[in-house]
Amino acid sequence: MSVNFPHAALARLFDEVGPVDCVGIEERVAKYTTRSIKKASKLWGLKMAVSMVDLTTLEGKDTPGKIASLCQKALRPHDDPVVPQVAAVCVYPSMVRHAKKHVADSRVKVASVATAFPSGQAPLKTRLGEVRAAVADGADEIDMVINRGAFLAGEFAKMQDEIAAVVRACGDATLKVILEVSELETYDNIRAASFLAMRVIREGDFIKTSTGKTTLNATLGNNQVMLEAIRDFYLDTGTAVAMKPAGGIRTAKQALQFLIAVKETLGDAWLTNERYRFGASSLLNDLLRQIEKERTGAYQAPYYFSEAAESY
Amino acid sequence: MSRLPITKTPKVYVGGAFIRSESARVFPLADAAGHFFANVPQCTRKDLRNAVEAAAKAGPGWARRTAYNRGQILYRLGEMLEARREELIGTLVHFGAKKSAAAKDVDVSTDRLIYYAGWADKYEQVLGNVNPVASPHFNFTVTEPMGVIGVLAPNTPPLLGLVSLIAPAIVSGNTVVALASEKFPYPAILLGEMLATSDLPGGVVNLLTGFRQELVPTFATHTHLRAIVGVANAEERRQLKLGAAESIKRTHLQKAEDAIDWFAATAQSLYAIRDTLEFKTTWHPIGA
Repeated sequence: MSVNFPHAALARLFDEVGPVDCVGIEERVAKYTTRSIKKASKLWGLKMAVSMVDLTTLEGKDTPGKIASLCQKALRPHDDPVVPQVAAVCVYPSMVRHAKKHVADSRVKVASVATAFPSGQAPLKTRLGEVRAAVADGADEIDMVINRGAFLAGEFAKMQDEIAAVVRACGDATLKVILEVSELETYDNIRAASFLAMRVIREGDFIKTSTGKTTLNATLGNNQVMLEAIRDFYLDTGTAVAMKPAGGIRTAKQALQFLIAVKETLGDAWLTNERYRFGASSLLNDLLRQIEKERTGAYQAPYYFSEAAESY
Repeated sequence: MSRLPITKTPKVYVGGAFIRSESARVFPLADAAGHFFANVPQCTRKDLRNAVEAAAKAGPGWARRTAYNRGQILYRLGEMLEARREELIGTLVHFGAKKSAAAKDVDVSTDRLIYYAGWADKYEQVLGNVNPVASPHFNFTVTEPMGVIGVLAPNTPPLLGLVSLIAPAIVSGNTVVALASEKFPYPAILLGEMLATSDLPGGVVNLLTGFRQELVPTFATHTHLRAIVGVANAEERRQLKLGAAESIKRTHLQKAEDAIDWFAATAQSLYAIRDTLEFKTTWHPIGA
């Protein structure tokens, strides 16, 4: 039935999970950019942000050598020992075993995108095979994309069944479910898709904004919609789902604004890299730059830091 | 019917856009008669940081332009000054300059731009070299722009002082963050409007207005600035040299307490271009 009437299916879903007040969300997040975070609290936030980075390289030109450099950077972002390690490196499945070699003895995890990233347009069997292969190669975390086509067609059960199948294929690996918000188009859809995903994943699994491969990525707005979905889901069920905005977060200032959103929406319990991550490459160097600025008092030139992943 | 007065909000030219200070601070500017004229942006070290980011972004593209093209664009800037000559003179007079002195300030500024425009595709021939070496090698010395240059303009002459410092820095492909005269900032606001219409890519010249006391320390310590050129008093020179030593940048500072004749022929020179160049020497084996 719903296959033929996606709007009716969506309308029922919106009734169930509640609508999003678009203007309210925009107003709310605009306020986050006015918070004044200085000195010690700024430094604390910057270090927290570093520890939450999923240092990412997802290029066709990735090589084992580039992955090795990325891992070294993840293990020791800066020569200053106060700077923590990042949370994880995020790579394509074929690079998992190369990354694992370098970070196996550390707390840095290996995350792998899978399920025909970024489009997800492959048969389910192929996508599940990719997940199993990545886990077998040593991936600690799997970043999957949802079936946006199924969602927009109102085939929610299909979308959820696929996520559930990936959950099983993950085994012990943490799952991050990419909603690809730019293709969901509205805040209502983002909230609805968040709920559908959260109902089939496990405590500690993530929902994630985007692949970083489309024009619109993580914004404070869609981050806020997803954080509020996580909050409402937690209050309903007691299950704590984690969150990962990805793509488009390039500056330390932005990262701090996202952390403010987390603190003011979900509270301190989510201010840990178990429950919040940044999918980013160039962000790390800007964080390091600002940390060094706090230490020395002088604005830093970007070329004083080891190559950022975006130049790979 | 009497018209309502249309007063202007002066804004600074940074990154190819006209902006207010991020702090939203302004300071009042009075004309020669002591009447309120306008509120001018009182830029902060964060504005300076943003301007440096803008200059760094514009740098590679500007340096990649052909020398000929950079010369054309500097010439075009001269054309813009010439076209708005009367307005510039009127402004300088409004702030207390004599008519003849104001005209001289504007005309020499324009000529100075044309002078450096001419050097654009010629300085390399003079400053670069093929060096004689006692081995079968060609040995070249070529120049390269340094990157982002900080400029500290003198209080007077308000226009010529600024132009004389900016032009030799940008002609070789550097980009500039300049602090305008603290006492007479308005000509720099107008210069920004001319820069915007001169084919100069946004971010190549960034003009700030504000207080030297607030901004000089950041000019000194910012590691992304490769050199500081301009005029400074004894205390500022001390700060700048200490900061420059820490951040490894060059300083070419003239003493504010000296009487500098900006109108003299000696105030424009190939060596002013050289001040913001690095030299690279290359050995190349001579083939059989």
